[in-house]
Amino acid sequence: MRNMSKEPNVKDSDCTGDRMSAGVNDWKELYSKEPEAEEEFVIPEGPLLFYNELVIDHFTNPRNVGEMDDADGYALIGDPSCGDQMKLWIKIREGRIAEIKFKSFGCPGAIATSSMCTVMAAGKTVEEAKQLTDDDIIAELEGIPEQKQHCSLLGVNALQEAIRDYERKQGGEESR
Amino acid sequence: MMYLDHNATTPLRPEVLDAMLPYLGKQFGNASSYYRLGREAKNALEQSRAVIARCIGAQPSEIVFTSGGTEADNLALRGAAHALRKKGDHIITSAIEHHAVLRTCEDLQRDGFAVTYVLVDSNGRINPDDIKRQISRKTILISLMQVNNETGVIQPVDEVGKIAQESGVIFHTDAVQAAGKLPIDVTRHSVNLLSLSAHKLYGPKGIGALYVRRGTPLRPVITGGHHEHNLRAGTENIPAIAGFAKALSLASEQMETTVHRIAVLRERLESQVMFRIADVQINGSGAPRVSNTSNMSFLSIDGESILLHLDLRGICASTGSACTTGTPEPSHVLTAMGVPASSAQGSIRFSLGKDNTEQEIDMVVDALAEITSQLRAITSLKAV
Repeated sequence: MRNMSKEPNVKDSDCTGDRMSAGVNDWKELYSKEPEAEEEFVIPEGPLLFYNELVIDHFTNPRNVGEMDDADGYALIGDPSCGDQMKLWIKIREGRIAEIKFKSFGCPGAIATSSMCTVMAAGKTVEEAKQLTDDDIIAELEGIPEQKQHCSLLGVNALQEAIRDYERKQGGEESR
Repeated sequence: MMYLDHNATTPLRPEVLDAMLPYLGKQFGNASSYYRLGREAKNALEQSRAVIARCIGAQPSEIVFTSGGTEADNLALRGAAHALRKKGDHIITSAIEHHAVLRTCEDLQRDGFAVTYVLVDSNGRINPDDIKRQISRKTILISLMQVNNETGVIQPVDEVGKIAQESGVIFHTDAVQAAGKLPIDVTRHSVNLLSLSAHKLYGPKGIGALYVRRGTPLRPVITGGHHEHNLRAGTENIPAIAGFAKALSLASEQMETTVHRIAVLRERLESQVMFRIADVQINGSGAPRVSNTSNMSFLSIDGESILLHLDLRGICASTGSACTTGTPEPSHVLTAMGVPASSAQGSIRFSLGKDNTEQEIDMVVDALAEITSQLRAITSLKAV
């Protein structure tokens, strides 16, 4: 026979009389409770496509696609040899983002979040646009799959970089 | 819906379903049982084994049923490696194998085996001499797939098999993507172990087989009862096995006509795509390929974006590279072929099947022309 005494004796402490009776009482309580009317068991059903409809809308019909010759701020971020790449242009009028354009070599997640980023940034003051985060974009898109959440950084980072570019140019002009 | 992803899986043939149904119903017996019901299951098992053996030129006793191609690869590699551990510890395989082989080799490395991953040329084909050069006294096993799943490129398994035989090394081939597309005859190939899967040839999922040439040293991976000549324990999946036998025999019978018909469709697909869409390259087109597979790189656009557009039009295809965990992982096959990461990222695999039509091919070409011009209008990359 195996010598059980050397093994940690967890089971005994879990099966003391007190605990057992407490367990039984819990069950009794559970069964005596009236089921809540609203409680309904639903087998979860995921979207048939990987992304939700709003994300797909921004992917198939991305907003603010294009380039700008006379931009006040420009950013090129990402590296096409290791994934997504994005270009973003902004025009600033009276401290607000008056116009914003982007182009992207990326997956559906990158295209949709970049599109939403431009929609959210348009019309904002520079200071407001600086506060925009990847989480804001994901929330506005009503969520994107977890493994795609990093894609939303592309748009935000491009926007911040374009704003920095604008501010550098401003600083340069003022010092002149 | 238009299904162009037959290297992923295939629909079940109605004849195969009919062959399976009795064993999902009244004939539910365990093939190891003594009474009539068990004997019926045993008969179905052994008849199926004989049919499968005949299709590949093997003896019935050389067929071991597994849960699929992945398990067959695991049994071949782990089984042979551990059985030959005293003889040596070196394994040679290719860099373009299926993950069922690659991950198993990596695990064997953790067990102390040394593995050499031989590279391919720019068309995705192994040079047999490169394998020959790697053989040492310690080499016990060579594993090379017969057909690559991503490109359809046919590997020189006959030459490598001869090299292995001359060197006294066990040779395994993963023939999962070859069965039904190329003739398989183990009496002609110098192969000791060969993996098969049913669901790639219009059979059920969850069933495959390993051909084990008589006398090949092999240690079981799954242990338990005396099933499958003590090489694979577990109550046999009779409905799936009966379906597998039916699927393989039909695929073998109809192979010549099916392969030819599909070759015409693929030629139509590739020539129209090349004619209508700029900056496309067909990966592996310079090497012999099975007739159903076409791996295309659409330069300056992302493969998953193409795939989603196709999906929205009801067209099923696949991409080798997926941007998932922060960094996109380009296909290991295309990377080994020297395809640049940004081109590999725009690669799509179409794999045709016996029921595809010319009309479907024309529709997919139209869809691709639209999708690529739409995505190229928003890309930040200039086409090369």
